[in-house]
Amino acid sequence: MKTINEIQDEIVDDFSMYEDWNDKYEYLIEFGKSLPLIADKYKTEDNRIHGCQSKVWLHAELNNGLLNFFADSDAIITKGIVGLLVKVLSGHRPQEIAATDLYFIEKIGLKEHLSPTRANGLVSMIKKMKTYGIAYQAK
Amino acid sequence: MIDIQKIRADFPILNEKIRGKQLVYLDNGASTQKPQTVIDAEKYFYEHQYANIHRGVHFLSQIGTDLYEQSRKKIQQFINAKHDYEVIFTKGTTNSINLVAYTFGRKFIQEGDEIVVSEMEHHSNIVPWQMLCDEKKCILKVIPLQPDGTILVEDAQKIITSKTKLVSITYVSNALGTINPIKELIEIAHQKGAKILIDAAQAIQHIPIDVQTLDVDFLVFSGHKIYGPTGTGILYGKEEILNEMPPFEGGGDMIKSVSFKGTVFNDLPFKFEAGTPHISGCITLGTAIDYVQKIGIENIYRYEHNLLQYATTQLQQIDGLKIFGTAQQKSSVISFLLEGIHPYDVGVILDNQGIAIRTGHHCAQPVMDYFGITGTCRATFAFYNTHDEVDALVQGILKAKKMLS
Repeated sequence: MKTINEIQDEIVDDFSMYEDWNDKYEYLIEFGKSLPLIADKYKTEDNRIHGCQSKVWLHAELNNGLLNFFADSDAIITKGIVGLLVKVLSGHRPQEIAATDLYFIEKIGLKEHLSPTRANGLVSMIKKMKTYGIAYQAK
Repeated sequence: MIDIQKIRADFPILNEKIRGKQLVYLDNGASTQKPQTVIDAEKYFYEHQYANIHRGVHFLSQIGTDLYEQSRKKIQQFINAKHDYEVIFTKGTTNSINLVAYTFGRKFIQEGDEIVVSEMEHHSNIVPWQMLCDEKKCILKVIPLQPDGTILVEDAQKIITSKTKLVSITYVSNALGTINPIKELIEIAHQKGAKILIDAAQAIQHIPIDVQTLDVDFLVFSGHKIYGPTGTGILYGKEEILNEMPPFEGGGDMIKSVSFKGTVFNDLPFKFEAGTPHISGCITLGTAIDYVQKIGIENIYRYEHNLLQYATTQLQQIDGLKIFGTAQQKSSVISFLLEGIHPYDVGVILDNQGIAIRTGHHCAQPVMDYFGITGTCRATFAFYNTHDEVDALVQGILKAKKMLS
């Protein structure tokens, strides 16, 4: 099992191949498209993260001490980034998730997607993933 | 005539490179860029003329006060107000509308009275009235949208009644570009005995406005949308109405005398300008108005109309692109969606090509609800935009479509 930082480094490595924004976004869009949609039963108002532009849903489950995330977005680029976040954080122990420093987004040059002006729900999603980590840590 | 190359040279930011690409700025509905004269005037004021106004006997304070009051006169002339004291400096359109809601609304609107807006309003021309209605138990009525993004004068005739105390309506829809028949709406409001406020935030920079010919009671707009600084705005009101309204904020400048036995409020316009205002901003708003008048608002209207027609024709040729807002009378706004593609994604791909548009609900969620969508992509044009930039937008959209389909 890879650590959270090992997965982050892998993603940074993958993205280092792309010099042009075009390639990077094409990867992100294809990655977003390839992700399984979360089941409709999880697309509830409770699981919805409020961004003002794109919708994001996040569902979390604890199995055998590991926290698994399922997420989706109606915008494909947001979904690609959501997918990367799930790839990095899902399947780890809650305390690891809570303590993680997510540096990969900045390193792969997608930091602007975390700007409040984008209003895409990603910042709130990261916060919520960590909150799940903290909440399940106690259990 | 518009000499486009000369005009573009007046706006330094238009030469910026965004992510290595030439900036194509098509988010003028959100805010407009500033000409060099405005930038220079602000700098000059702080370097050579700055002091607080309306207070000091000293030289700089006199200069600042003169410039501030000259700016008010420029705006008076620009909208052809009868008196300069009918022009109140505010922080922006939202602030101006709230001022009217809190003062006119509190005093003249009572339980059971009606306020009329349209379904195409910006949130800032909805929420202040909802808040007032909650407080005063008055009723907010809405003139409905039509599929082309217009409202019908016949509907306004029915919805505005003798119970209506205020009609508050936009001149131009920020989300759709529709130019409303405000002359007729003003006449209807007055026939029914109501006052009328026109939100000119999206009109003042595009369309010649004469408040006396229109006979409008209130007209509001923002400085930053007419090539001036942010944090400035205007409330125009007829003298007799402004005089009957209580003050908005209490503080310095808005009083004649203060004692614990009682305070005497100042005359117009100072009654509504409590505290130290955005002095440099209000002064350079006058510089921005000078700039617009030098080019001529009629010239601007013609040029932008031509650009809108070209852009509409070009965008319509993109397969799967749908334009929201197809009124005959339109300002230079194109709201659109690509079939099956989220507007956010289109905005991101355009941004990576240096093209700035707005995506989302444009603070007009009822408009989005009417069309059953959550948002649109919106390109808004100013007189410094070119046909080449429209072509760049079309190419950018085609690229986004290819990548996202």
